[in-house]
Amino acid sequence: MHSSDNVTARARLGRLMNALLRRVLLSDSFVLFLAVAYFLVLWVFVPRLGSARNLSNLSSNIWPLFVLVIGQMFVLIIGGIDLSQTSIMAIASVCGALLMTSGLDPALFARNPLWGVLISEQGGPLAGSVAAVPIGILAMLAIGALIGLANGVAVAKCRMPPFMVTLVSMFFFSGLAIFITRSENVTNLPAGFLAIGQSYIGHVPAGRSSVGLMPYSFFAGVALASIAWFVLGRTIAGRWFYAVGMNRRAAAVSGVPTDRVIVFAYTISGFCAALGSVLYSSRLGAGRPTLGANVLLDVIGAAVIGGISLYGGKGKVRWAFYGVLFFVVLDSSLYMLNLRFYTVNIVKGVVILMAALLDVLRNRARMDRTPTASMELA
Amino acid sequence: MSEPVLLFEHISKSFFGARALHDVTLAVQPGCVVGLIGENGAGKSTLMNIFGGVLQPDEGRMCLRGRPYRPAGPADATAAGIAFIHQELNLFGNLSIADNLFIDGFPRIGRTPLIHRRQAMQRAEEALAAVDLNVSPKTRIDRLTPGHKQLVEIAKALHRGARIIIFDEPTTSLTSRETHRLFSLIERLRRDGCTILYISHALADVLQLADEIVVLRDGQVVQTGPKEQFDIDTMIGAMVGRRIDQLYPTRRNAPGDRVLMSVCRVTEPGVVKDISFDLHAGEVLGLFGLMGSGRTEVARILFGLDCFQSGTITTGGPSRRRRSVRASVDGGMAFVTEDRREEGLLMEASVTDNMALVALPRYRRRRLLGTFNQRALRRTVDEMVGTLKVKCVDPRTDAVKNLSGGNQQKAVIGKWLLAEPVIGIMDEPTRGIDIAAKYEVYSIINDLADRGAGVLCISSELEELTGICDSLLVMSRGRICGRFRRSEFDEERILAAAFEGHIEHETRNESGAPN
Repeated sequence: MHSSDNVTARARLGRLMNALLRRVLLSDSFVLFLAVAYFLVLWVFVPRLGSARNLSNLSSNIWPLFVLVIGQMFVLIIGGIDLSQTSIMAIASVCGALLMTSGLDPALFARNPLWGVLISEQGGPLAGSVAAVPIGILAMLAIGALIGLANGVAVAKCRMPPFMVTLVSMFFFSGLAIFITRSENVTNLPAGFLAIGQSYIGHVPAGRSSVGLMPYSFFAGVALASIAWFVLGRTIAGRWFYAVGMNRRAAAVSGVPTDRVIVFAYTISGFCAALGSVLYSSRLGAGRPTLGANVLLDVIGAAVIGGISLYGGKGKVRWAFYGVLFFVVLDSSLYMLNLRFYTVNIVKGVVILMAALLDVLRNRARMDRTPTASMELA
Repeated sequence: MSEPVLLFEHISKSFFGARALHDVTLAVQPGCVVGLIGENGAGKSTLMNIFGGVLQPDEGRMCLRGRPYRPAGPADATAAGIAFIHQELNLFGNLSIADNLFIDGFPRIGRTPLIHRRQAMQRAEEALAAVDLNVSPKTRIDRLTPGHKQLVEIAKALHRGARIIIFDEPTTSLTSRETHRLFSLIERLRRDGCTILYISHALADVLQLADEIVVLRDGQVVQTGPKEQFDIDTMIGAMVGRRIDQLYPTRRNAPGDRVLMSVCRVTEPGVVKDISFDLHAGEVLGLFGLMGSGRTEVARILFGLDCFQSGTITTGGPSRRRRSVRASVDGGMAFVTEDRREEGLLMEASVTDNMALVALPRYRRRRLLGTFNQRALRRTVDEMVGTLKVKCVDPRTDAVKNLSGGNQQKAVIGKWLLAEPVIGIMDEPTRGIDIAAKYEVYSIINDLADRGAGVLCISSELEELTGICDSLLVMSRGRICGRFRRSEFDEERILAAAFEGHIEHETRNESGAPN
């Protein structure tokens, strides 16, 4: 009697665990759970992972990447891809820096094509001006949006494949960024600009010094995420993004201005890339012609891990955030493990592969719940 | 009676509690054409999917040639000599006929992985000859007409030694001549001893072809017997479970005088020529023509999807040469496409999202922010789902791809009705949907006209057009070559007009030869 009770209790517990596992696996926040679980497990082995300093570091790594992924998400939702984000970052970075810098080394820049025209030993056109920082940032954002607009027009109006279009602009603008700086970093940026990426709000003591809690980039990220959430979830344009991504022809037949929607998506992506450029450049303290050279795969990887489909029509701001969180936590933990560069890449690849496998499992579990098209139901 | 080649015994299958098949028992004699009919959702596809190894039955068993048959997957079915000719053909459009025929096993040179091209060509030619298809095996599939593609599919099946062939709605995209050709091929296959399972909504075809007819309803076999026991009425009665007294709703109101759309001498070289007609308020205007007659092209031009070279289209406002879909939609035009999958629906999206898409800008709340009144829109969509009786579990979460054909079509129509159209263009609005759903679609068209809208209804089924239209235009080879009022409807004369261009064309081609 007693033992059979025990058996049923165990069976019930098993069923409960099973149901819980399914819930977690099918949950919208699955990637978040995954990131948290990964963090907790690694924390046991590497206590430093949970230190105030590292958390502060994580927080300042998350937001610039998040900004880029949000932009990429818009393009992925309409069924495109934007490879040019990194070169937009580079060109915006050097252009903004050349405008704002207050001093250039003639030894490095004298052979620059712009020397004597726009820039001199005293820096760029906005050097020393009070308005240098706001105008510089606006110029950077405008450059990003314009390049995105050009990408969008080429894709929508000229019907060119997005991969080709953005690949070409990736090459072109990263080349241009190197050309106009002769491959030199542009330094001596205004203190106000540097504060964006290097200052924190709220400090906690850590050892002898203290570390910041929330970098300014946090606010940029949250503001952008809120706007993106609003646009995708609450506006007509948001519905159109998804519709175009799911079936461009059907959307066009239904009266959706598909060309405008596509151009808009690429413009947003360009804008977000430039905003990311502001955050990265200020943290770096320089305009760098190769800024973002290694970020592209992080952006697309984070988006895909978050669950944003490369085939279009699927994506949420939350998912983008979870993907970024997972990626940044992964990166930071591997760095903490003191692995060598190539080992980091190997481990990163394996972890991403596991995440992708889990995603397949999730989709299969979801399929089991909803009938597929081939099954005809009354 | 000889031993059945195929035996289904007490087959049952449920999906998530919904019963798709219940205790289906069925015997098929060898060398026999069995017509399998039933409404959408009656279980025909499920039964065939179980037979083809795509699905596993919950209960029951199957026997093939007296031996138990338990396919684990489609490959087992193929190995057992069973072939499917699907509604959507499974051919690679970018490859040649020969490539498609041998895609799972090319003839090779010895044991090398190299393709024995000469032998492949020769065998492909033989396979094509078996279905009387006289084209080079090197032809790319996407250059073929739908009818020829189907023949290639059949050739592929025969080439693999299929002895039981299942046709699922094979005639939907065929011209009448291609249909005719298909039927004689099926006839010949039967004489050669093949067993044919023929699934179709075209009851007249089933009656003509089949030796035996099986009627499914709600997952059960409700009637089965030699075709002599059936006529169209009894077939419909068995499928629906009640007698349908009326196939078409009665037109209540006569069309008005107000012209909603005036089309004058619209021409696009090589596509349509000199298309002129008026569409009146409250009118249901039919546009009949064979496949390739230009009927769909006219619809696309009117809606602004395709361009035209000369002529005018006036819809209320000033005539515009450059028409855009957006302008058409804003001007109150609706377009129910013949291609639901590619142009009508976002298959992955929910029923609600699909139906809300067109009317979305009408619910704009703040111009600057671009927000819309989500609650009001949802409410009207829910009402429309109720009015049209779109069958789904939850319209907000059910993806339309999980709906049956009839319900998908209702979603497409509902999407346009929400925009309260003044002019409705319906291209094959009843394609691939069952009789009950057809009647509902006819009623919707009728109501639309009663509310003062003008409806242009395109169909390749003459009977349905004569059933629902006030007047009828007949197209052939890109021109309008017949206009009929309701009082003048006469099937023979209409068909003669539709074939007119074709007959002319052929006599001209043959004019060099005697006789």
